[in-house]
Amino acid sequence: MKRLRCLPIAMLSLVASLAFAEVPKPVIAIENPGECVAAPDVMRRTHMDMLKHQRDKTLRFGEHGAKEGKSVSLRGCIECHASKKTGSVLGSSENFCQGCHSFVAVKLDCFECHQPRTGLVKSAGVMP
Amino acid sequence: MSASDKNRRREFLAASATVATVATGLAGVGLVALAPGVQLIQPAAAHDHGASSKVRWGLLVDTTRCASGCKACVSACNAENAIEPGSGRPAQNSQWIRKIELVEQSSGRAVSLPMMCQHCEQPPCVDVCPTGASFRRADGIVLVDRHICIGCRYCMMACPYKARSFVHEPLTRQNPEVPRGKGCVEACTFCVQRIDAGKQPACVEACKQAGHDAMLFGDLKDPASEIAKRIASTATSQVRADLRLGTGVRYQGI
Repeated sequence: MKRLRCLPIAMLSLVASLAFAEVPKPVIAIENPGECVAAPDVMRRTHMDMLKHQRDKTLRFGEHGAKEGKSVSLRGCIECHASKKTGSVLGSSENFCQGCHSFVAVKLDCFECHQPRTGLVKSAGVMP
Repeated sequence: MSASDKNRRREFLAASATVATVATGLAGVGLVALAPGVQLIQPAAAHDHGASSKVRWGLLVDTTRCASGCKACVSACNAENAIEPGSGRPAQNSQWIRKIELVEQSSGRAVSLPMMCQHCEQPPCVDVCPTGASFRRADGIVLVDRHICIGCRYCMMACPYKARSFVHEPLTRQNPEVPRGKGCVEACTFCVQRIDAGKQPACVEACKQAGHDAMLFGDLKDPASEIAKRIASTATSQVRADLRLGTGVRYQGI
């Protein structure tokens, strides 16, 4: 009888633990610690707007962004944030762009066209 | 309303804006008061750096120096822009520049020339684009904004020079400076990434390196530039000049 009385409580706690079980946060290695073009909380919330704003300025008006010696461009993001292991911002959930984007389930379209890797082969003009 | 009417109207607006500015002395940075609450954005003033309408990039091809069979410009373009053949469908490969051999039937005179986007002043591709992805930069370079290109290929049909290609297959080996991808239309950009860095297009450099020096790139609007001087002094022509597209690419000796 005692066991039966405990059952609903056990089931409740099981349901609660399932409901509040968190998806593990992405583990992202920041390979080049230091200052980004803006504070981290600003970057987290507005990087997509900044990228969209800059892409139009760059493509339509030929203005390549620069701020305090840093390249304000998708290229600049990749150069700084690419994993040193894979040389890319994509590849696994440890990589900078893919890590967060798979965590928040937001489709990442940039790299359908843009090169996610660093290390251009200068002689060939293309990526290896 | 015809194009010239439209231009006249724009000129009038610009002129009256100048008058208004002088009269009121209220010229903001890049904004001009047309009337109270109505303002005209001046592209030239709004962007102090970057592409400027004071420049019109152009290319002059001297076909008398262009060697038959030489494809230095084509390979340089492919290397710079990471254009590679796809998986076994040659007709679908991207082609930003191609070599053409012309032979006059009666005399047998043969001419070899490179053909690519002619960077028109009145580009048909821009006219027909349903999304505004095809556009002409202030300095005359005609480009595709891949962010908003839907791949309808209407521009490919509108272009009289067959200058544009459609990317049929996914790409992974892009040049970081030249984003390209499946589902978009693309064409010669005059190597815009090199121009913005103060360099010459890859094809022009390769032609010089190959010892032909048949391509001359420069600013058509600057009377002191080599290309403007050559166009002013020698007979050059536009391909399909009858269409009055005002091409930025000109040919000598055809």
